[in-house]
Amino acid sequence: MDFYGSHWVLTFLIFFPLAGAVVAALVPERLARSVALGVGVIELLVALPLFWTFDPAAGMQNRIDVPWMADWGIGYRLGLDGISLFMVLLTAFLLPLTVLGSWSYIRDRQRAFYAMLLGLTTGVVGVFVALDMFLFYVFWEIMLIPMYFLVGVWGGKERIYAAVKFFLYTAFGSLLMLVAILYLYFKAQGLTGEATFAYEAFLALPLTFTEQALLFAGFALAFAIKVPIFPFHTWLPHAHVQAPTAGSVVLAGVLLKMGTYGFLRFALPLFPAAALNETTVLIFMSLAVIGIVYTAMVAAVQPNAKRLVAYTSVAHLGFAILGIFAFNLQGIQGALLLMIAHGLSTPMLFFLLGMMYERRHTYEIADYGGLAASVPILSAMLVFAALATIGLPGTSGFVSEFLVLLGAFQTHPYLALIAATGVIFAAYYMLPPLQRIVFNALDRKENRVIPDLNRRELTILVPLVALIIWIGVYPRPVLDRMEPAVSQLIHQVEGGRMVVAPPTDHAAERPPVAAADEERR
Amino acid sequence: MELDFQTSVDYFWALLPEIVLSLWAMGVLLADVFQKGSRSEASRPAIAWLALAGIAAAAVANVWLMTVTGTGGMIAVDGFRIFANFILLLAAALAILVSMGYLDRHAMNRGEFYVLLMFAVVGMMILASAQDLILLFVGLELMSVAIYVLVGFNRRDPRSGEAALKYFLLGAFASAFLLYGIALVFGATGTTDLALLAETIGTGVQDAPLLLMMGVGLLAVGFAFKVAAMPFHVWTPDAYDGAPTPITALMATGVKAAAFAALLRVFAVSFGGLHETWVVAFWWLAALTMIGANLVALTQGSVKRMLAYSSIAHAGYVLVAVVAANAVGAAAFLFYLLVYTLMTAGAFGIVIANARGDRERVSLEDYAGLGWQQPVMAAAFAIFLLSLAGFPLTGGFIGKLYILRAALAADQVPLAVILVMASLISYFYYLRVVIVMYMRPAPAADTHAGLTASRPLQVAVGVAAIGVILLFFAPAMVLDAAQGSVAGLFIAQEALFGLSRGP
Repeated sequence: MDFYGSHWVLTFLIFFPLAGAVVAALVPERLARSVALGVGVIELLVALPLFWTFDPAAGMQNRIDVPWMADWGIGYRLGLDGISLFMVLLTAFLLPLTVLGSWSYIRDRQRAFYAMLLGLTTGVVGVFVALDMFLFYVFWEIMLIPMYFLVGVWGGKERIYAAVKFFLYTAFGSLLMLVAILYLYFKAQGLTGEATFAYEAFLALPLTFTEQALLFAGFALAFAIKVPIFPFHTWLPHAHVQAPTAGSVVLAGVLLKMGTYGFLRFALPLFPAAALNETTVLIFMSLAVIGIVYTAMVAAVQPNAKRLVAYTSVAHLGFAILGIFAFNLQGIQGALLLMIAHGLSTPMLFFLLGMMYERRHTYEIADYGGLAASVPILSAMLVFAALATIGLPGTSGFVSEFLVLLGAFQTHPYLALIAATGVIFAAYYMLPPLQRIVFNALDRKENRVIPDLNRRELTILVPLVALIIWIGVYPRPVLDRMEPAVSQLIHQVEGGRMVVAPPTDHAAERPPVAAADEERR
Repeated sequence: MELDFQTSVDYFWALLPEIVLSLWAMGVLLADVFQKGSRSEASRPAIAWLALAGIAAAAVANVWLMTVTGTGGMIAVDGFRIFANFILLLAAALAILVSMGYLDRHAMNRGEFYVLLMFAVVGMMILASAQDLILLFVGLELMSVAIYVLVGFNRRDPRSGEAALKYFLLGAFASAFLLYGIALVFGATGTTDLALLAETIGTGVQDAPLLLMMGVGLLAVGFAFKVAAMPFHVWTPDAYDGAPTPITALMATGVKAAAFAALLRVFAVSFGGLHETWVVAFWWLAALTMIGANLVALTQGSVKRMLAYSSIAHAGYVLVAVVAANAVGAAAFLFYLLVYTLMTAGAFGIVIANARGDRERVSLEDYAGLGWQQPVMAAAFAIFLLSLAGFPLTGGFIGKLYILRAALAADQVPLAVILVMASLISYFYYLRVVIVMYMRPAPAADTHAGLTASRPLQVAVGVAAIGVILLFFAPAMVLDAAQGSVAGLFIAQEALFGLSRGP
């Protein structure tokens, strides 16, 4: 069995955490975190070789296509390409770190906590590799449940409100997506006579512009809520502030990327004409730019550090959306790189905030001050993470934002110009709080006696620092692996954009059943 | 075996499951009388197990019925009936299992309970298989009368009596509507035979269209009462709330399923020719039920009452399959009823389990912290609630998807969107119970210690939970069975109109 040449690696990455979740739920309470750590490390070690075994030229690989519910054309269909590869790697990379980050943070109900965390990973990996629309939807939905519990059970004071808001917002978007998926399914069945939920079968469907527009709206809403794009972002700050550290890390690190990934994998290729329509592009890029500037301003006035970081997420993913809808090589590569960069720097900030919370039990910026004197290592890390978030040259954030702006400038120079100010705003919202926390006078005696980072905490942060610098300085290995997939995506979408099924006579267009009904009348 | 219903012996064979169950029920009645003479407390569960064995015997007869074909009688011998029978027997078995501990706790453990329950099931089975409006009515009354008594079975509880009275009065109204409708339909067409009706209406021999329309309308109202569709649902919350909980479970599952089966047979098959007319009425019923019931369910503070409204809402989803009225719709309908029976019976099972002595703890606060003190029970409840909400990993999701598919195949896009939006509303109240169970602390560390879940109840809940999950991961077998079983249902119609109503 060729593990890395077949689907087995993906199947393993999906279901191993689930098996781990079951074990973690059954072992004695004090062992749960060790089990979770073991599962996380194995998951990472198994995922890591994918970086080298992945063949950029081969397109979609590690595929499998076996029937699951054959009558309905539902199959167990998976595949990995240059777009999903890094999302899977990021997910696997963050898993052991989140376990370590929760090591002493989570004291109650550890078994359930780690079971949920591992179960969440199953859903997330599944979303990134599913090539069956039904399977994709199932993974997309089930990952809501563990996240809901992570926020609702182990979260802060307003955890229930935050959890419900998160759940209902996301469920609202995804239910409309379900209707759109079913519509496509029927369309495919009507045209070919074969019932299938295969992603590729949906790609080839001739759709009229109106159909494309409506279906795109169904998909885009689900993804826009997930990303989240302004003005659908209001659930995010609540969820982030209330979630435990691990929840925030997974949320910012990978869950939000499911939205941007959804645009790249589904919304754009399936409905090219509607998605790349001048108006649509303008709407999304404008919303992205508004999001970048608006949330930067909102972030700047937050007294709560966690809420601040939550808003920066909206701003950063605004850049990703900008790059995606610029729809050229630089733009999309930049967006993908930004998804990775954001998936490293923001979790790092959340980890650090979690560590500070464990020491001082507060996220209020005003409660800190002069940490550089009392906890130098933590302060150094915090400064690094903040600078990485701003996108200082030499960190991953810089390369990706630069690429995005480069791409956006080619199509919408004015919007790119405004978006570029977002980089300045980033300094504006990040540096003053940083100064307050790290450099001001050490005027509270509680801040004097807190311990500096221990070895476990350094183990979490050092790999993140290394990766942020590596991608910031030498992003070529990453970009090389993405490029063929991105080019192919652009090629395919640009091709599909011109092919719009002509609006047909309404009667002929309807499913055979309805037509038959009409005959009878 | 081939039945042509020329001799009455054929009826004996065709009605074998019902006959077995009836005779068995009489046997149980006798056994109970003799047992009362011995006044032995210990032998009481024996009656329940005996009743359960009767259900099993009927199921065996039902399996045998699969080898039988027959046309032309007052009783249908087709896959639809057999599938429906299995659902009804399953609902009955689950109801008996959850009753055992419950009756003891409420000091009303009498053999009559099980006997009435079995007779009610016979009524349901006849209702689901009647090929003639008269027989249909007989089945309906047999079921209803037994259920009226069962609802008021807890004589010491005034609310049980109130529920019984309300149910009886409105149920009698519904029966009257049905009967009047049957009379008018007979007056218009000269027949009560469902197959003949389909032919008469289909070929357009309508001497009195107005009379016929009134009859169809009255039948629709009668059925809407029985399946508790809005706005004919007003009896439901009170009757469900006041009835002994195992009976609530049976009413929400078996009674509803049987009424639905009859409704589908009558409307989709016999009145198939009038599809364009009644579909409008059912469209509105479905839309109103889905939206209304889900909205009202949001405001319920009692879990039992919330489940009552949830069962109304689910009637709305099933009505969508009826509106689709194609082969996919009928199969979706059967599949959904099966899932629905499992998850609803399971949910009521948990409501029964969460009790102390004879006090049921049905308010939301009573579930606070249950998730951590009774993890298995709460996890099962969470599974049922998520399934009722139609979440992936549960059979409820496949069921809803199936109905959506049927609705889209019948070009009912707006109804499909309403279904989806209604489900979203329902997330809110189903999740609220999950929130309370897991995210609210219990008042004390031992609030939920030592809950009295009897072993049979555990079995019932376990079976239901496993069934709900299995129907997601391996629905193929049941889907095939559902699809196969409705194949015969629309044959008559296809022959008449020369078209297939399914994709």
